[in-house]
Amino acid sequence: MADTAAETPVQTRRIGDTAIIYASDYLNKLSGERIERECKHQLESGSRALVINFRDTELVNSIGVSILMGVIDAAEQSNARLIFSDVNAHTVGLFEMLGLTRHIILVKDEEEALSQLKTQTDAAGSMGS
Amino acid sequence: METNTQRLLHTFATLADLGQEIANTADFEEMLRNSFHLLLGSFAIRRGAVGEYDRERGELRLIASRGMAQSQNTSLPISNEHARELASLGSALSLDNATKEAARFLEDHKESFAAVEIDLLLPLVVRERLIGIVLLGEKATGEKFTEEDLEVVSTLARHIGVGIHSHRLLEEVESKAEENRRLYDGLRAIYKETVHAFAAAIDIKDRYTQGHSVRVGKYSEIIAREMGWSDDAVEGIAIAGYLHDIGKLIVDLNVINSPERFNAKESKEMSRHPAAGYEILSPISHPYADIPLMARHHHERIDGNGYPDGLKGDEIPAGARIVTLADSFDAMTTDRPYRKKLALRDVLEDFRVNTGTQFAPEVVCAFCRAFLKEIEGTAKEQRLIKLLGKNYDNVESVSPLLSQLISDLDGGAMAATAH
Repeated sequence: MADTAAETPVQTRRIGDTAIIYASDYLNKLSGERIERECKHQLESGSRALVINFRDTELVNSIGVSILMGVIDAAEQSNARLIFSDVNAHTVGLFEMLGLTRHIILVKDEEEALSQLKTQTDAAGSMGS
Repeated sequence: METNTQRLLHTFATLADLGQEIANTADFEEMLRNSFHLLLGSFAIRRGAVGEYDRERGELRLIASRGMAQSQNTSLPISNEHARELASLGSALSLDNATKEAARFLEDHKESFAAVEIDLLLPLVVRERLIGIVLLGEKATGEKFTEEDLEVVSTLARHIGVGIHSHRLLEEVESKAEENRRLYDGLRAIYKETVHAFAAAIDIKDRYTQGHSVRVGKYSEIIAREMGWSDDAVEGIAIAGYLHDIGKLIVDLNVINSPERFNAKESKEMSRHPAAGYEILSPISHPYADIPLMARHHHERIDGNGYPDGLKGDEIPAGARIVTLADSFDAMTTDRPYRKKLALRDVLEDFRVNTGTQFAPEVVCAFCRAFLKEIEGTAKEQRLIKLLGKNYDNVESVSPLLSQLISDLDGGAMAATAH
């Protein structure tokens, strides 16, 4: 499968200290490495939470899984929260089977991801006050 | 989808991707890194490393790692004895019930892996030799590797092992081919040097024609190139030019150095040299075609009145027809004991008169074209003019003659043909 993501930048948007990163249609070596780099860049830039939106992702191969494990590692090291959203049913099955879901929060869509993060932040804020 | 089916499909997809990666011959380290990540991704393993074992140095060079402090190109010493032990075990070694060999590896390198939990050690073995090691941490599920998992991981690792082995074999073959190419080039250089030495020896014997063989070689080269011969064939005809008079080595020195025109007896003696040259050159395996034949037939004539075999027209090898003209041109443009060199216009007149009887028209035509290009400045170099030397000035004056000769020959002569 051709990797058109190699030529296009990773789409990202930032809301407060949350970075939302949009994965490409086929998460393999080239596109996966770009996402990993972007996630690390966002963490280094102060993001406290990462949402990876898989709305365009049809397929994740083994290299893609390995790269996502690297993202999980990086997020854990930065004490950042990591949420996967808009994951199709096949990929959800794959992530569950491989145990990725033990290390990330899986939500239906981006809205739910942001809502969860807000709830957690609010809860942390009220505990602190 | 049932988990087992999904597991199977994921493994198949990984194997298919792995096959593609291993076929990537362009970049060995990239191939190994990608293959390793496929292996990690097949079970969502967070930490691990892969290294290639260098038997000569007795060390494992890490080429890719994930989630480990060790960067690539870290080298871990492994003795040959230990490598043999690991190779003999072959398959994936779970460190839960670690064999002493696997435990010893981790013990030897405990500083390198202090912060990392290694669950599996996979020796990559091809033909009973250790060629690499894969180290794997725990699965993302947090579960232990099952027997089935070990089978899958071992299968993937075997593919990676074969990939490493194939790449190294390919490199070895390429290195041998390169070595052979260098040896061949070296032999060719020695051959050329030897030929030059022979040419010098031939010319030293004849005190009146010093440099003749080398010049004939160069003129022949210029004509052949103009006729569209391949680079290799042009090199070959230059060699033939250098060696065309090698038969003179057996001709009586007094005849060769006679200050006067040869008498009948001397001519007979002298006419032995083309066949003698052929005899000298035939037993040698030349890297170019027809060198002995070019020496044998460089005194043949198109009309069949030449020697030693009286060949006619196309019976004379193409190379010999070129050497004949180059030989005559040099003879006419250098001083001889019994006559001075001819003026260029007289040389060209000789060509005009003798084309079709002594000289091949397509060769004369090519010679004239090459000469004219040099005079007009459209040739890359002025090789022919330089060979003529300072004794010929005002070469431009023969341009009209050359043009006329080309025009006459193009009208009725054969077109130049690529060799």
